[in-house]
Amino acid sequence: MNKMIYIIATIGKPFADLILYAGGMLNLLIEIIFSLPYSILRLNLILKEIYFSGVKSIVIIAVSGWFVGMVLGLQGYNTLERFGSVTMLGSVAALSLLRELGPVLTAILFASRAGSGMTAEIGLMKATEQIEAMSVMAVSPIKRIVAPKFIGGIIAVPLLAALFNTAGIIGSYFVGVTLLRLDQGSFWSQMQDSVDLHYDVINGVIKSAVFGAVVTLIAVYQGFVAKPTAEGVSNATTKTVVSSALTVLALDFILTALMF
Amino acid sequence: MKRLTIDFMVGIFVLIGICSLAFLSIKVATNFNIGSSNNQTYALHASFSNIGSLKVSAPVKVSGFVVGRVTDIHLNTQTYQAVVTMNINDSYKFSNDTSAQILTTGLLGEQYVALQSGADTEYLKNGDTITLTSSAMVLEDLIGKFMTSMTTK
Repeated sequence: MNKMIYIIATIGKPFADLILYAGGMLNLLIEIIFSLPYSILRLNLILKEIYFSGVKSIVIIAVSGWFVGMVLGLQGYNTLERFGSVTMLGSVAALSLLRELGPVLTAILFASRAGSGMTAEIGLMKATEQIEAMSVMAVSPIKRIVAPKFIGGIIAVPLLAALFNTAGIIGSYFVGVTLLRLDQGSFWSQMQDSVDLHYDVINGVIKSAVFGAVVTLIAVYQGFVAKPTAEGVSNATTKTVVSSALTVLALDFILTALMF
Repeated sequence: MKRLTIDFMVGIFVLIGICSLAFLSIKVATNFNIGSSNNQTYALHASFSNIGSLKVSAPVKVSGFVVGRVTDIHLNTQTYQAVVTMNINDSYKFSNDTSAQILTTGLLGEQYVALQSGADTEYLKNGDTITLTSSAMVLEDLIGKFMTSMTTK
């Protein structure tokens, strides 16, 4: 009998954990939303967060975008060559970057570059009891630390994704036109013909803003629930990267189904 | 780090982001925005017995030059013909005996409406209907005709 209970409990544990996880996240999100009006006035805190998560990610985002664009150019060229429609390369590269690759890869890179840092910062603040000290001084840690990160993420990720897309398109232009001698005019005109401002560009921006919010929310939550030990903080950082990558990919499917 | 440095770097970051967005929306996306507020348009209708796979927002071309977009396609339940509504840029006028035709770009490309201006001195006005129309070329019909002409020989 006892063994039976034990087996059923083993099955139940992941689900209970999942529900607790989702509940904790929702609680945190509600708290952040209520403290937004206060935090939006503390511009210097938000600027600092944009500096740490956005400005310092410029190089990795631009370089990754450039290489992804070059790979798209090469692979697209090899595939399209079979159908004799290599002039479509511009629109293939632009559409796949704007709709999917740009927002998703930016969000995943942002999670590993900035999200892990946020988790480690909050986890260490908790381990060294700085969060409790703040509460004792009647400074709300949500308003002071979490909400600025959240706003910073929402602002920084769409800008980084736009940079990623631009670098990617320039990269595919470099491979297609400079190296493989495609016609420059048909590259741009095919692209302009198939890319729509509202449908593709704006939807991509909305997608990346949602991803920015989700990644920062996960990072901050993992920091708060981390065990206040060195090992706990390191586990939480890993969890941030893994679960943000999974959430971003799953959410991307849902958003794509809704938008396109 | 000094406050000024942070402000400066964030400013540069936001500028880079906005420049990228501008690049994406100007250089990469379509900048042909007929029907937006600064471009005055007028509507023309044309009924076709077969529109093939013509879609809303397909281009309307004259001699290959885009002058408007298809804004609506619906079925006239009296005549059972498809009625195509097009928005044409105000700066282009067409005579009353203009004919409309549905053509395909390339062999398998997208379909568009081609207008051919006539000799009438009266111009089509907003809401007018183009009476001279010829339908889309449907590949299956053509093959069917070809097959029947082969067998009768």
